[in-house]
Amino acid sequence: MAVDEGTVILAIETSCDETAAAVVVGGTEVRSNVVSSQVDLHDRYGGVVPEIAGRAHEARIASVVAEALVAAGVDDGGVDAVAATVGPGLMGSLLVGVSSAKALSLVWDVPFVGVNHLEAHFYAAFLEEPELQPPLVMLLVSGGHTMLVSFEDHGRYRLLGSTQDDAAGEAFDKVARYLGLGYPGGPAIDAAAARGDSEAVAFPRAMVREGLDFSFSGLKTAVINHVRANPEVSTEDVAASFQAAVVDVLVTKTVRAARRVGAGGICLAGGVAANTQLRADLLDAGERENMAVHLPGRVMCTDNAAMVGSAAWWRLRSEGPDPLDTGADPSLRLDFVE
Amino acid sequence: MLILGIETATPQVGVAIGGHEGVLASFHSTRDRRHAETLAPAIGFVCEQARVELSEIGVVAVDTGPGLFTGLRVGLATAKVIANALRVPMIGVSSLDLVAFPARWTDRLIVSTVDARRGEVFYAFYRRVPGGVQRLAPPSVVGPGELADQLVALGEDALIVGDGGQRHEGILGDIQGVELAREGFRFPGAGALVELAHPRALREEFVPAWEITPTYLREPDAQPNWQQRPDR
Ligand SMILES: [Zn+2]
Repeated sequence: MAVDEGTVILAIETSCDETAAAVVVGGTEVRSNVVSSQVDLHDRYGGVVPEIAGRAHEARIASVVAEALVAAGVDDGGVDAVAATVGPGLMGSLLVGVSSAKALSLVWDVPFVGVNHLEAHFYAAFLEEPELQPPLVMLLVSGGHTMLVSFEDHGRYRLLGSTQDDAAGEAFDKVARYLGLGYPGGPAIDAAAARGDSEAVAFPRAMVREGLDFSFSGLKTAVINHVRANPEVSTEDVAASFQAAVVDVLVTKTVRAARRVGAGGICLAGGVAANTQLRADLLDAGERENMAVHLPGRVMCTDNAAMVGSAAWWRLRSEGPDPLDTGADPSLRLDFVE
Repeated sequence: MLILGIETATPQVGVAIGGHEGVLASFHSTRDRRHAETLAPAIGFVCEQARVELSEIGVVAVDTGPGLFTGLRVGLATAKVIANALRVPMIGVSSLDLVAFPARWTDRLIVSTVDARRGEVFYAFYRRVPGGVQRLAPPSVVGPGELADQLVALGEDALIVGDGGQRHEGILGDIQGVELAREGFRFPGAGALVELAHPRALREEFVPAWEITPTYLREPDAQPNWQQRPDR
């Protein structure tokens, strides 16, 4: 099939705890973007419970898809391809989206495209700035991932650095839980930090001097030890100081990565990219270094299906559709060039 | 009225198409629990063999469990999305009804079972009635020892069908007056699903997609799981 500016893709995202569907035209024009969040179902457990997520996806997927189609004003015969996130993520969650997308591919007799969730996060940047040109450095930070990637061209990625232990978002969740700030940890820490002093506690900046890899588990332990030793410490100050330590490392290494590969710009991706401090500090650093910084809106940073639709358009154009016996892969990796 | 039947509540994936002429084509696979991989191509294959276009389907019938949680979700998501896209109604049938249906020739008490894993079985009692079987009580989950005690206490001739009974043959296979079906009768069939859905479709006992819910019979394990970290 010819994949062009008019190609209409219905995309589905169910890799974790958001049930989402979107209609994207030509890889960049978002006609609808429906996200049904399950945060209310998981917050009392302090993390995503896989079986609860799977059940909620099953209960919601049909209506979320219907809503995305109605909102986009698309009816029978109006969709040219159907896409779904096939991994990485939670198996029981991924399967709901993959099955639903393949079912629609059958009914409408249109191609199916399986999308890597990490690649989809990169494409959030292109939804808001279609004219964006590689090479770019992507900082992908979420509950499951922390990686620096050189986006050399569409479909051509080089891994520059990743976390040795906890993901940044995971550290936010765990510290927020320890501080009693609730779930999800990102927004909770963000809000508390806004009322605290980021220089109150000098938390360690792990591995900040060397390389492009990250480590956050020591920082988490440092926070716990500090609060144990100083029970009367202000929670807001600890949140602000913790956040400053994470952001400091993320920004320093991202700028270092962009300089090293000679990237034309920096893009932020993933749920943690919604963090106020990270956005502000990265913009400052870009100005200082005379480097373009692209920050997708908060809606595009967190899990959504529009970014899946954008990534699917590029995939379909370069590699064509995937077969209907495609399954889900919870530990799917991105293909990196050596 | 053509009915598409989708059945994924056990390690088996089943698809059938049929109507007033009975089952036109069906497919079953029990290999490796590949529900998500197998189901969509199986639907395409069965349509081809029945020489039916999906657009001709008038009802989507689905096995609503109890059974394997992820298998159920694959089947239900697929069935609901197809029904919505075709704008046709749905009929939900219990996996235990489907396992009991082929045993409708016996006058004995029918004990329909589905393996619930973790040392338990999903089960319900059935009795033969004209045209099929009738469930005597709602589906439930039980340990095989407790089910054996119930059957001993009833003291009635019974036939146990389904993979739940077969899994616990050591406990359920040796009860006075109770026969454990060792061959056949293992998994719910997609053909039985279409056959059971047909009279209901004629009576217009339809359910909209959003009212079809899986029968889990178990609370989820409330253990948060930090996401997979393939970047590590
Ligand atoms: Zn994500």
